[in-house]
Amino acid sequence: MSLTTLLIIILVSILIGFFATGKWRSWGLLIASILFIYWLQPASPVRHLDYWLPTSCIMLTILSWILTRKKERGNLRPDIITGLVIASLMLLISLTRYFDPICCVTATRPPELYQIAISIISVSFIFLVFAYFGSGKVAWIFTGMSLILLMFVILKSEILARFISQGLRSINAQPVELASANDLQWLGFSYVAFRLLHTLRDRVNGRLPEISLQEYVTYVIFFPAFSAGPIDRIQHFTQEIRKTFKPSLQTTLQGGKRILWGVFSKFVLADGLALIALNNNNAGQVNSPGWLWVMLYAYALRIFFDFAGYTHIAIGLGQILGVQLPENFDRPYLKRNITLFWNSWHITLAQWFRAYFFNPLTRTMRSSQHSIPLPLIIFIGQLSTFTLIGLWHGISWNFAIWGAWHGVGLFVHNRWSNLIKPKTSALDNHANLNRLLGIGSTFLTFQYVSLGWVWFALSYPVQSWHTFLKLFGIG
Amino acid sequence: MDLEQKVSLKYVVIKGILLFFMINFLFVPLDPIPALGRLSAYNLIFPGRVRLPFGENPSLAYNLSMNNLEAMLASHELCDGNKPLDEYRVLLLGDSSVWGYLLEPQNTLSAYLNKANLRLDGKTVRAYNLGYPTLSLTKDLLILHAAIQYKPDLVIWMITLESLPVTIQLDSPILQNNAELVRNLITKFNLNLDPSDPRLFDRNILQSTLFGRRRDLADILRLQLYGVMWASTGIDQNYQADYNPPQQNLDPDETFHGLQPPILNMQNLSIDVLQAGKQLIGDTPIIFVNEPIFISHGENSNIRYNFFYPRWAYDQYRQIFNETCQNNGWICLDEWNSVSSDQFTNSAIHMTPNGSQILSTELANAILAQVNP
Repeated sequence: MSLTTLLIIILVSILIGFFATGKWRSWGLLIASILFIYWLQPASPVRHLDYWLPTSCIMLTILSWILTRKKERGNLRPDIITGLVIASLMLLISLTRYFDPICCVTATRPPELYQIAISIISVSFIFLVFAYFGSGKVAWIFTGMSLILLMFVILKSEILARFISQGLRSINAQPVELASANDLQWLGFSYVAFRLLHTLRDRVNGRLPEISLQEYVTYVIFFPAFSAGPIDRIQHFTQEIRKTFKPSLQTTLQGGKRILWGVFSKFVLADGLALIALNNNNAGQVNSPGWLWVMLYAYALRIFFDFAGYTHIAIGLGQILGVQLPENFDRPYLKRNITLFWNSWHITLAQWFRAYFFNPLTRTMRSSQHSIPLPLIIFIGQLSTFTLIGLWHGISWNFAIWGAWHGVGLFVHNRWSNLIKPKTSALDNHANLNRLLGIGSTFLTFQYVSLGWVWFALSYPVQSWHTFLKLFGIG
Repeated sequence: MDLEQKVSLKYVVIKGILLFFMINFLFVPLDPIPALGRLSAYNLIFPGRVRLPFGENPSLAYNLSMNNLEAMLASHELCDGNKPLDEYRVLLLGDSSVWGYLLEPQNTLSAYLNKANLRLDGKTVRAYNLGYPTLSLTKDLLILHAAIQYKPDLVIWMITLESLPVTIQLDSPILQNNAELVRNLITKFNLNLDPSDPRLFDRNILQSTLFGRRRDLADILRLQLYGVMWASTGIDQNYQADYNPPQQNLDPDETFHGLQPPILNMQNLSIDVLQAGKQLIGDTPIIFVNEPIFISHGENSNIRYNFFYPRWAYDQYRQIFNETCQNNGWICLDEWNSVSSDQFTNSAIHMTPNGSQILSTELANAILAQVNP
């Protein structure tokens, strides 16, 4: 995202925040979110894909809403109006292809109007079938979840993504041999998938409140958090957009401050550190372990400032719009252990995995007829959760190892803290010693996390292993 | 919003705008960019660079092209403390062949001269690479002017015909973006160049504000950050392995920068810039070297030596060069054919490590001849 893009987003947020009140605020948020997901979607070499990906995102969202809605739900009129507004926007965006000065909202010229109209009509028919047969039915919901997971796996796997790209290229009569996984850069899909899975799962558990289509779509594609999170819970988000929002100097200044800090973090600190951060190219060029450590630390700080910077911007924009988004980072590198680190690094992602994977998994193992020892349950739970978190970044050995690195770290810390708990309580009376231990623990935690980035920053396990050895002066 | 908030917001906005304009416009008269350029982490935290910053692909070269001469020199090893008493300081000026395009730092002319461990007057000869990859004698003069404060004992100025035409003198971005300094040189040495040449870029007041100079500030910062990469890898350019060798088969074109045979008019060449350089350094000796060129043996090589030079123009240039040296009593070396054609990389002047070493031997002899002529 460039600074100019960000400036436009800020201006739109201020306009909505200050001038769209009551029901217009909800419409403002929905329409702005739809327009921004088309506008922010990067160009793809596959013809019209930068139009079809955001369109598919919205369609998938509507489909999920249909699956989660209760069949006996009363007045459908507002939802139909929302559907029509969304369809109109899709057509309007396509219409920009005929008006050069405003062409195009999308990165490249959108498809012909008739193609979009046909798609909307066809998909609407599918929606009707789902609404009639599938709404609220567990089997259909699980089918929907499986579909999202399948799409997720395809997008995150280089081989499968390339295969799909080949298919799309051949449909468009484009050179198949140029197909690449990068053709399918679907902006924000990871976060969209998490939000959809969360609502579908909560619907099964009976924890999902009554949500209108307008609220649901706004929640899933809410533009400040669309591309980099945080992953809010729908229950909290709907409370935020339903409350009466009165723009005030305080909230605007708070939001502005967060945005400024975010911009500084991302565009000055992170982008500056990127010049010297560890990467595939420079890992093999470094001539001493000392400098390799410097580059590794630069990477650790860069990834933090980059990600936290975007989060500050998202939260700041949310404040201007009257939507308080959850915090995603809480000084993670200053934590005394790896468990506290994961309670303060990408908090909403960790919470999501805890709620929808770790807890159900460990609960199942605990209630299993075969007695499984607690340490083994914890080990399996931590390792599988964090391996999955690793794979969420992309299906590759390096991401899996990075996840496993943290899973093992969390397990070891869990056992270690259990072991030394009785002894550490005696330290409470020794403030200085306690502080010293805190500094040492923080340093060690930072070292462990930084070493984990070796797997994350580089693409191949062999290269990461060599870098790992080189850090310790071996090889 | 209540009234109190409205009033406060008004003041916040007014204060913000005032501060923004104050800081931006204070920047104009203060012009802290040169002073900031002199603040450098090189020679302090990182070792000084062995050649001036230049990079077409910064993320791979760990180097960048910039216009701040102070920052460029401050990052160079030449600025590492005071000149040692036992050092015989040699500055090498010139184009990309001196800078060492496609050559690793240990394979440049200056590196080979340093490896030779030459001794002169009981002092160790230490050569500094002040080459910069654009072809213009005025650019070399600008760098010499900035580097003269570092007390050279000898200057070796490598030249080639391509850096002499008057018309291309101000094409180099580093000259265009240091307009005031270039104008001073033009005036001081009465150079045959137009001080009001539109290629010389003058910033208006908006372009001189903090906002207008954000790129220059970012460049200073980036140069410092790349110090980490320079220190940790020793890499300062993107070495391309798959370059195209110089053209052997040439077009039957006899023109040179729009000039037609048979006479190469001296008026079209910036010989006066060489005289200005000589004048600038006063009593310090200077050796002018006509640098080696690639000589093609392909189609139309009877018309042209290479992509750059038609034979008639280059032959006359050599004659002018040698006559000028003789007439002025300058020390000159004509090394035009001292490196064989197979020792060039991707252009008519860029040499291989071996070619560079061959030339350095010639230069070493010339340096030693300063004492034993």
